[in-house]
Amino acid sequence: MKTGIIAALLLGLTTGANAELSVDEIVTKANEAAYYAGSDGRADVTMNIVDKSGSTRTREFTLLRMNTKGGSQKFYVYFKKPADLYKQAYIVWKEVDENKEDSRWLWLPALNLNKRIAPGEKRTSFVGSDFVYEDVSGRNLKEDTHELVETTATQYVVKNTPRNPGDVEFSYYTVMIDKDTFLPRKAEYFDKNGKLYRTVEATKVETIQGFPTVIESVVKDLNTGGSTINTFSKIEYNIGLKEASFEERFLRRPPREVTR
Amino acid sequence: MKHISHQIRRISLISLILSANAFALDTEFHGFVDGRAGMRTQNDPYEDQQSLAEIRAQLDSLTYLDAFTLQIRADLVYDALADDPEKIDLQTGEGFIDLREFNILFTPVDWADVKLGRQILTWGTGDLLFINDLFPKDWNSFFLGRDTEYLKAPSDAIYASLFPSFGSIDIAYTPRFDADRYIDGSRISYWNQGLNRIAGQDAIIKTDVPNNNFEDDEIAARFYRSVKGYEAALYFYSGFWKSPAGADPVSGKATFPNLNVYGASAKGTLGSGIVSTELGYYDSRDDSGGGNPFVRNSEFRFLAGYERELAKNFSAGIQYYLEHMMDHNDYLDGLPSTKYAADENRHVVTLRLTRMLMNQNLILSLFTYYSPSDHDVYLRPVATYKLDDHWKLTANGNFFIGQYDHTFFGQFKNNNNVNLGVRYSY
Repeated sequence: MKTGIIAALLLGLTTGANAELSVDEIVTKANEAAYYAGSDGRADVTMNIVDKSGSTRTREFTLLRMNTKGGSQKFYVYFKKPADLYKQAYIVWKEVDENKEDSRWLWLPALNLNKRIAPGEKRTSFVGSDFVYEDVSGRNLKEDTHELVETTATQYVVKNTPRNPGDVEFSYYTVMIDKDTFLPRKAEYFDKNGKLYRTVEATKVETIQGFPTVIESVVKDLNTGGSTINTFSKIEYNIGLKEASFEERFLRRPPREVTR
Repeated sequence: MKHISHQIRRISLISLILSANAFALDTEFHGFVDGRAGMRTQNDPYEDQQSLAEIRAQLDSLTYLDAFTLQIRADLVYDALADDPEKIDLQTGEGFIDLREFNILFTPVDWADVKLGRQILTWGTGDLLFINDLFPKDWNSFFLGRDTEYLKAPSDAIYASLFPSFGSIDIAYTPRFDADRYIDGSRISYWNQGLNRIAGQDAIIKTDVPNNNFEDDEIAARFYRSVKGYEAALYFYSGFWKSPAGADPVSGKATFPNLNVYGASAKGTLGSGIVSTELGYYDSRDDSGGGNPFVRNSEFRFLAGYERELAKNFSAGIQYYLEHMMDHNDYLDGLPSTKYAADENRHVVTLRLTRMLMNQNLILSLFTYYSPSDHDVYLRPVATYKLDDHWKLTANGNFFIGQYDHTFFGQFKNNNNVNLGVRYSY
């Protein structure tokens, strides 16, 4: 931490106004850029899961996101492919308060069943991909301590160390954040032996309605040799979603925003 | 004259809807083809050695119209073990077509949704245990090892959901009683009380099912809301015991006596898991004193459960379940012999273990029911492997172990079976 502060101070002398930001300000801005653009938004997502032999499985879903009070958020995921996930829906109420757990529900249409998901399963693979549930809705900033380890001409490099190492499979991860947009561009995860084993990268970025937006991201699992590519399309912000759309009612009756 | 103008108005309204829909028609088709074969792992003197031999093709269509959504989901079935393949009974699912869903869903006012027609209904907090969910179950499918979704049999109902500010209300009205697809001896051998032994195809249960429209109806209601982060619910049911729970002493047929159920449940997060509890009072209205030997006694039922992830891709769920007979002494007094009498309290513990491997493409699960009071066990291992986005293989076993022949799971001891399934989804 100490070296981080010193590095930041030294770099601050040479790189101008932005470098005066504290690491907490940087990660807060990066979190906002990555997960909070607009007051709400939607996207169609195609997820290609490639295993080490090269065989591919595809998931397609529509994602809705809405910012609610005090930094909390609600997410709605509606699956269209593959056939065995068709019409499954998934709702997350993400909480930012430290003493509050996220709430998550999964809708299984064939059983007409609303299944509550245990909060412990955040680091579990999201529908068999190399993304984990936490990648979809964002990891709470309070879960980690943050340290600015490097500032380049275009990026900040932040090291994040979990406050509760027992809860996660990594010992720390670093994130490279673009200085101009504050979008996180690449995260590298290191295991308990300090070995790099997982990367998450924003490979394509476009500005949509004024918001720098990731339109393609790739996660690689270096241990298994597998990777997952997410492609985002039909992205829209500020579409006027209602908070009620994230209730059980709309698991039974998916809102138009996801079915069309 | 008035009648005619009314007709004309109706026709023009229909044509208006149709022409509007011609522009808005938007249908999604999906489905699967599923082949499944299974056999008993021991001899059953009253049943076939083969437990399953069938192919089903499910067609699922969802049409978005401006005014409503139309859902049709039907299985075309070839069942080599069906005793009468010519017969079609949409109520029991017998025959070459099993209509799972055929309904329209619409929103008449902002604060209400209505689903009308054939549909699958579920509520309550239990995992493969049901207290306030009195929608029809297909126990044959469950014990024979069809996909778990077939445990739920369809209801022909109007389902209204109301969303006032103080909570949510669901009301399911079924104009004609939808019984369980209960164990009747044709595919699964069972304890026959009259014969005092296990029986099967030699003694298929004959029933007298209440079947008058709007008289033999069922109403199920639920009120639920969030209370301090917990999902709390109250339930009411008025109808009939869903599986045979009595007998007509004159005809000898099994009956579905009147039943009311009053219940409540709560579910929420506790630590890194989900905790749930549910209770219900089963008021067997034809046997209010408990002394009628031809009608099942009133019961109090309770369950509590907890599930959580133990390690990455490995989760466990445990439940405790109680069935308490309200008037056990009167029940005993009504029996000719107490040799095969049910206990006052039936305790059941369940454990679900689920392990996901190979990017969640291989799922191994084991569900165990154990009753320390009945001294019986039901083990239900399932392995599924997704070959790709279309093909899925399933292997399942159903094993019943019991000290006695007359207990809930013990009676099925000759039905132990293993089965294999292959499914192509599109």
